[in-house]
Amino acid sequence: MEFQSISQLKLLLDDNKISVKEIAQTYIKKIKEKKDLNIFIYFNEDKIYDQVKLIEKISNDNSLKGIPIAVKDLFCTKNMPTTAGSKILENFNPTYESFVTQKLINQGSMFVGKTNLDEFAMGSATNTSYFGDTINPLSNEGSPLAPGGSSGGSAAAVAADLCLGATGTDTGGSIRQPASFCGVVGIKPTYGICSRWGIVAFASSLDQAGIFSKNVTDASILLKEMAGHDLRDSTSSNVKIPNFSENLNIDLKGKKIGIPKEYTIDGISDEINEVWEQAIKSLEQKGAIIEHISLPHTKYALPTYYIIAPAEASSNLARYDGVKYGHRAENAKSLDDMYELTRSEGFGKEVKRRILIGTYVLSAGYYDAYYLKAQKVRKLIADDFVKAFKECDLILTPTAPSAAFPLNEKQDDPIKMYLNDVFTVPASLAGIPGISIPYGKDKNGLPLGIQLLSKHFNEQEIFNAAFALEKDYE
Amino acid sequence: MSNLIKGKHHDWETVIGLEIHAQVKSNSKLFSSSSTTFGSNPNSQVSLVDAAMPGMLPVINKYCIEQAVKTGVGLNAKINKYSIFDRKNYFYADLPQGYQISQYKYPIIGEGKVTIDFKDGSSKEIRIVRLHLEQDAGKSLHDQNPTKTYVDLNRSGVALMEIVSEPDLRNADEAGLYISKIRSILMYLDTCDGNMQEGSLRADVNISVRKPGDEYGTRCEIKNLNSIKFIKQAINYEVKRQIEVLEDGGSIEQNTLLFNTSTGKTKPMRSKEEAHDYRYFPDPDLLPLEIDQEEIDNIKKLIPELPDERKKRYVDEYNLSNYDASVLTSDKAISDYFDSVIKSDFSLKASSKIVVNWITSELFSILNENNLEIINSPIKPKDLGKLVKLINEDIISGKIAKEVLIEMFNTTSDPQIIIDKKGLKQVTNTDEIEAFVDEVIEENKKMVEQYLSGKDKLLGFFVGQSMKKSKGKANPQILNEIIKKKLSKKN
Amino acid sequence: MKLNTNTINKIAKLARIRLSEKEADEFLKDINSILDWVEQLNEVNTDNVEPLTNISSSALTKRRDENQDINSSDEILQNSPDKLEGYFAVPKVVE
Ligand SMILES: [Mg+2]
Ligand SMILES: [Zn+2]
Repeated sequence: MEFQSISQLKLLLDDNKISVKEIAQTYIKKIKEKKDLNIFIYFNEDKIYDQVKLIEKISNDNSLKGIPIAVKDLFCTKNMPTTAGSKILENFNPTYESFVTQKLINQGSMFVGKTNLDEFAMGSATNTSYFGDTINPLSNEGSPLAPGGSSGGSAAAVAADLCLGATGTDTGGSIRQPASFCGVVGIKPTYGICSRWGIVAFASSLDQAGIFSKNVTDASILLKEMAGHDLRDSTSSNVKIPNFSENLNIDLKGKKIGIPKEYTIDGISDEINEVWEQAIKSLEQKGAIIEHISLPHTKYALPTYYIIAPAEASSNLARYDGVKYGHRAENAKSLDDMYELTRSEGFGKEVKRRILIGTYVLSAGYYDAYYLKAQKVRKLIADDFVKAFKECDLILTPTAPSAAFPLNEKQDDPIKMYLNDVFTVPASLAGIPGISIPYGKDKNGLPLGIQLLSKHFNEQEIFNAAFALEKDYE
Repeated sequence: MSNLIKGKHHDWETVIGLEIHAQVKSNSKLFSSSSTTFGSNPNSQVSLVDAAMPGMLPVINKYCIEQAVKTGVGLNAKINKYSIFDRKNYFYADLPQGYQISQYKYPIIGEGKVTIDFKDGSSKEIRIVRLHLEQDAGKSLHDQNPTKTYVDLNRSGVALMEIVSEPDLRNADEAGLYISKIRSILMYLDTCDGNMQEGSLRADVNISVRKPGDEYGTRCEIKNLNSIKFIKQAINYEVKRQIEVLEDGGSIEQNTLLFNTSTGKTKPMRSKEEAHDYRYFPDPDLLPLEIDQEEIDNIKKLIPELPDERKKRYVDEYNLSNYDASVLTSDKAISDYFDSVIKSDFSLKASSKIVVNWITSELFSILNENNLEIINSPIKPKDLGKLVKLINEDIISGKIAKEVLIEMFNTTSDPQIIIDKKGLKQVTNTDEIEAFVDEVIEENKKMVEQYLSGKDKLLGFFVGQSMKKSKGKANPQILNEIIKKKLSKKN
Repeated sequence: MKLNTNTINKIAKLARIRLSEKEADEFLKDINSILDWVEQLNEVNTDNVEPLTNISSSALTKRRDENQDINSSDEILQNSPDKLEGYFAVPKVVE
């Protein structure tokens, strides 16, 4: 049995054609069948039935009653352990529930499990997790593909129909890129719109929660429920959250769509550019006006990001020291010994690499040359978008430089891996919202995503345009 | 007073700067809403934020910002309308986040100054570099277990104001006066409880020595001293040590030192990190702190009379000496007590010096004997005022007054009631006093003869005996006159 | 070459990550190539550009001075790998 959307399932529930328990049974069965994809770090039937008992009692007015949701294992959850995909958070059981997951619980959603991710969200293929690689559900037998990352488990969970929505976090593309790889919708909203409280931090000035879903409408329903002001997060924004799904409007007449010339990059396959071209044409046909724009500092976004994110991470991950929670090395002879052993045993290679880079760029004598310089370039990148949005309402670009790549593709060159984020990172640095929706396929039949960006807090227009484009493939 | 120390070949000058850590008086911590109460059970006042649980974020305490601004005003300092919280990164067991949130490039308070007063009536201005807000660390206990260090995070995250002085201090006494002055300003402002024993106020002392006129020498920092006595001891020891090293042809290594209170010596700290590199950077979990003029003006309205203003008032209105006034005002509680006494009766303003003496000698000794702070004195200011007034009006003598004071302490009653009940009112009636004197003369005929034959010293004997007969109540002046008169009549 | 074996070990020490010789060599190579790559930022003229630390446009949220956290020490210590008598316990520090 496959449910196509939240509203469809909600209708069945309201008409008593299905019970919450039956929904649980359906999804538990599916998850067990797809066990080999290694999508979940934590999956426990009993915990799902515990929720069923509570959800059955609540009113059907709750917009997400009984809706199966998978949670990226970066969100702290009270009833399920939280690992951030790392050995260093082995056996960590939060005594608290993250802001975002609590809001979803409040609306009656049912958490089916905690999804795999790159360790501490650092990666683009969900292959740096301590709990193994996740396999893209679109893979052909015998040639497993990467689901993208870092929220690869969540993207895969939606793609494999193991839930109707999955939370993700996006620091430099970690929602949009896996959404593109797995052929699902993924939105990273404006920085500050969803509280970071209770989400394991990677890079505080960039981290933003978002959602994966099967379609744009569901994403708009879920985002409304996740977003909101939180006094416990000093960077949380106090803005009114519109009822996105009710406001959905496919009329794009007169909307100006910016096409940044810097996003045409050497070495990107023609297929990607063709899909981009098709989307441009479609928007034009729907009445939108195409503007050719320039975001002159685009080229510098990746190096800027790969200074700022590791710098913040090196400090954010200092708390994993084996004292308060998580893994602690045995037989340490001194405190420093314990720190060094715990952290070298607890962290994987990519995390160590980023901590080392971050430590270096903040260290005495290098701060100005690297960190401060990156913050200044970040300002220029953010300003590029401010200027651009004076000329257009939305920006349309490809989401990722390729379709899903083979899981075993050698990733020994970190810079090559970092290039996965080339189209997503600029928006992260600017804190603006961006969505990826599946739009066409490559010659191997793998989905390709296109990305829509807009100015701060303009998620509604993003949803509208995405909703209109989505119709092209219905 | 010369600040120079005689050396083998030339004089030495000491250069001292202080970093004072003052705990902000607030109900909850700087970035979390757990309690700041001292002395609770281990880890019972620790929020998820204080324990650096994954995903926890700091949210600043508005009141702590106001307290810092208030203190800035009290230190005559520049209030910075824009300041930034930075992370100071290092690993230690009692630092759960792996960084301390502090302020580095842009502190909330900039340059200021305070005045210290010397016994000889002179004073000196000490410049303040800055004041910034930061988190306190937790507490490590090294002696509870043979193989482990215990960590208590109750103090973790409590708000501190770090007040940094210029190296304007030249000896231990100046350093002592400076920290007392800061402490008293904070207590007047009610921004810190000033309790050094509980660690609410502690100081890092930077010391170097130089040949007068030379550049600053290499300095050493003595960490975390929590009493004025230890600060002075540590400075004196360290200055001597540095001069010895230099005079023996050695050089001073820039070092962080610990002061051992039992040996009175300083020794280098086992280095926490081989090379300190704190990698300060703006905390991305917090936005810049902006304060507008209106907020500053509102806070200024809350500033009470501060020690210097009060000192000036005492000198101008009560004619106290600069030094007396500075001693009295250095402790707000004492000074408040004094003010209440003076205000309790209009006539006392003229006898302020007597009031000071009664507070600083008689009242203090009785409070000290009973281990009481002035704030808990059973003798209320208005009653002490009444007592001084009774002396002034010759109702009782100063000697009787001391007796009355003890009774006031024990019963907390009004001195007039004590005097009435115990019949301690001074005898001024000459007939009554003559009767006592006559008795004494009658009983000591031989002495009278000796006196009359020129032994003038015996006058005291007759006064004493007569006073005894009056049970101390005779007015001493009248008594003296009568004795002289009577004995001269015998001629 | 930005880093050498010496500096990578110094950085690792600061970050409290122990590296084997092999790891140090690998990281040295990776990190140097990453640092060379980010060097392209030097092409950008950033004179008179204010560094951007946070893109949030709102003002700093401020809390009232109230005690609201009422976590028991059991809750705080619950996940600790070593706790004794209500304290977190770590290998003994000799000061
Ligand atoms: Mg210091
Ligand atoms: Zn400090």
